[in-house]
Amino acid sequence: MKTINLIKIAWKALQRNKTRAFLTMLGIIIGVASVIAMMAIGEGSKQSIRNQISSMGSNMLSIMPGSDFRGGVRRDNSESQSLTLTDLKALQTKSATISYISPQVNGGGQAIFGSNNWPTSIYGVGENYTDIRKLEIASGVMFTENDTKMAAKVAVIGQTIVENLFGDGTDPVGQTIRFDRIPFKIIGVLKEKGTNTFGQDQDDIILAPYTTVQKRILASEHLRSIVASAKSEEIADEAVEELSDILRVSHKLKANDEDDFHVRSQQELISTFSSTTAILTILLVVIASISLVVGGIGIMNIMYVSVTERTREIGLRMAIGGRGVDILMQFLVEAILISVTGGLIGVLLGIGSTLGVSTYLRWPTSVTSESIIISFLVCAITGIFFGWYPARKAASLDPIVALRYE
Amino acid sequence: MDKTIIKIEEIKREFLIGNETVRALKGINFSITQGEFVTIMGTSGSGKSTLLNILGCLDQPTSGIYELDKVAVKNLSKNALAKLRNEKIGFIFQSYNLLPRTTALENVELPLYYNKTVSSKERKERAENALSLVGLADRMDHTPSQLSGGQQQRVAIARAIVNDPVVILADEATGNLDTRTSYEIMALFQDLNSRGKTIAFVTHEPDIALFSNRTIVLRDGHKIKDNPVDNINIAAEALQKLPIEEEL
Ligand SMILES: Nc1ncnc2c1ncn2[C@@H]1O[C@H](COP(=O)(O)OP(=O)(O)OP(=O)(O)O)[C@@H](O)[C@H]1O
Ligand SMILES: [Mg+2]
Repeated sequence: MKTINLIKIAWKALQRNKTRAFLTMLGIIIGVASVIAMMAIGEGSKQSIRNQISSMGSNMLSIMPGSDFRGGVRRDNSESQSLTLTDLKALQTKSATISYISPQVNGGGQAIFGSNNWPTSIYGVGENYTDIRKLEIASGVMFTENDTKMAAKVAVIGQTIVENLFGDGTDPVGQTIRFDRIPFKIIGVLKEKGTNTFGQDQDDIILAPYTTVQKRILASEHLRSIVASAKSEEIADEAVEELSDILRVSHKLKANDEDDFHVRSQQELISTFSSTTAILTILLVVIASISLVVGGIGIMNIMYVSVTERTREIGLRMAIGGRGVDILMQFLVEAILISVTGGLIGVLLGIGSTLGVSTYLRWPTSVTSESIIISFLVCAITGIFFGWYPARKAASLDPIVALRYE
Repeated sequence: MDKTIIKIEEIKREFLIGNETVRALKGINFSITQGEFVTIMGTSGSGKSTLLNILGCLDQPTSGIYELDKVAVKNLSKNALAKLRNEKIGFIFQSYNLLPRTTALENVELPLYYNKTVSSKERKERAENALSLVGLADRMDHTPSQLSGGQQQRVAIARAIVNDPVVILADEATGNLDTRTSYEIMALFQDLNSRGKTIAFVTHEPDIALFSNRTIVLRDGHKIKDNPVDNINIAAEALQKLPIEEEL
C-alpha cells in the first residue's frame, strides 16, 4: 500500500477515537513540552552566563597563586603568597602572546566622603586594568603608568560608590575620598556594568595604583592575582601555556613539581559553568524522557487494544490481499502518527510555556532548533518502538482466525 | 474456450488439536471451468468452509494439488498468496465484513488499495462502476450502519468484483438474509454469472442451490455428489412468485 494511503487510513482511525487518541498523546505532549521548555531554560541560562563572562573580556587570563591541592588539602588561595612583582616583570618581558598585563591586590574597608560612608573594596591594579577587564571611563581619566610608579594617591570609582558617596549630585571627579584613612583623589568614574552572574555588584569598586594600595593599605609585597589579555581569543589557550611556562621558570620549579599557581582563561571559566548547567539540563532531560517513555507505553497499550478491536478488519484486509507488511505498516503508521502529532502539540506547548517563563518570570530562555528536532525524532522513534509489537501482533494474525473473531 | 479456473486433486486438510487429528477434508477432486456457477452444499461440519478457505488461498491443504488459473498454489510464499487473493479472488462472507464507519465507496475501493498498479483515479472509477452494477449507485456515501443487511451484502459483492477476479467465492452469503433478500442477492449473482463471472457459492439451503448450474455436495470430508442442475431457477422470476409481505 502507498505511504500516503497508509497515513490517510491511520489518520481516519484516529479521527474515530479522538478522545482516546488525545489521551494517549497526552504523555507524549507533556514529555516533549517539558523537554523543550527545560532545554530552553537550560540553554538560556548557559547563554547568559557565557555572555556575562565574555563581557568581562573574552580574552582575559587570570593568574592565581597556589595550587588546587597540596597534600590533599585545598588551601585558600589568598593565603598563598607565591605571586610576586618579579613574576609580573618576567611575564611582561618574556610573553609574546599577551597584549596587556596588570597585577591585582585588594583590600576591604570603609570609603568616606564628607558625612557619607560606604563599606567597599579597593583594587590595586596597573594602568592597563581597564583595557583587560573591558571597563570604560564615564568621566575623567584612568590613572597612568606614572601614577603607578609614583604610588600616587589617585582613584577611579564605580557607579555604586558614586551613588553612595555622592548621592547629592556632586561631581566626584576632583574630589578627595578617604579609604582606610588614606585620602585618594578621584580622577575618573567608571561606566555602569551591573551585577554579574555570580551576583556580584561590578560597580562597587575603587581602582587605585597597586603600588599605592600595597604600600599604604596592605603593607605587603605580594600580589593577590595577575590579570592579562591574550592578543586574541583564539590564542588564549596558547597564552595559558606560555604564561605557565614563564612562571615555572620564574618560580624555579623542577620538572616534576606541581605548579604553585594557576592560569585560567575565560573559556575555561565558561566551560566550568556550562558544565554545571549541563548537568542540570541532563537531569531535567532525564526526567522529561521518563515521561516520554511513559507516554510510549501508553501508545503501546492503546495500540494493543486497537489491534484486538480491529481483529476482523485485519482478517478482512488480509483476505482481500493485504500482506503482513501492509498490516504492520498500517498499525505502525498509526502509532507514529499518535506520537508525532503528540510531539507537534508538545513542541507548541513547550515553546508557549517557555515564552511564559521568560515573560512572567524574566528567566533567560532560548528555544534551540536542536531541541525541537531531537524531541521530534525521539517521538517518531518512540512511536516505532512502542508501536512495533502491537503492529507485529496484527501482522502475524491468521486471516481465517481473525475473520471469525467475535 | 473451456478454460479451467480451479482444479483440485486429492485435497486433504487435517487439523491437529492436541493429540487428536480432525480430518476435515479427506481427498476432494473437481475442476471448475470459466463461467460456471457452482454451489457447494453439505451438512454443518462437512468441510464446506474449510474447502472454500483453501480455494480462496487463505488456507493451505495438508496434501493434494490446487491450481488456480493455472498457478500451482502450493509452496507459494505468504506474500505471493496475498497477491493471488488480491488479483484473482473475490471473497464474500456471511457476515459481510464491511469496515464500520467507512462509506460504501471506500469499502469497495479497499482491495484496490493493495494493488500498486491501480491509480487513485482508476480505483474510484472502478469502485463506482462495481457499486452501480450491484444497484447501489445512489448509496455510495452511506456507511454500513445506514444500510440494510441486503444492501451491505451488495456492497460486499461490489467489493468482491472490483478487482475483476477470476472467481468469486461466497461462504453462506445469504445466510443472514430473509428469503426475499436472498433471492435478490441470487438474482445479482445470476446476473454476474451471465456476464461471465465464475462463482463458487457455499450454502446449505437447497432452494438457493437451484439458482446455480452445478451442485457439489460434501459429507464428512468427502465429495458425495457433483451434478449439473437440471432445472435452473431464475431468481428474478422466483422473486415475482414470492407472496408480497406487506399484504400479509
Ligand atoms: N481451525 C480449525 N481447527 C480445528 N478444526 C477445524 C478448524 N476449522 C474447521 N475445523 C473442523 O473441520 C470440520 C469442517 O468444518 P467447516 O467449518 O469446514 O464446516 P462447514 O461445512 O463449513 O460447516 P458449517 O455449515 O457449519 O459452516 C469440522 O469438524 C470443524 O470442527
Ligand atoms: Mg461454514
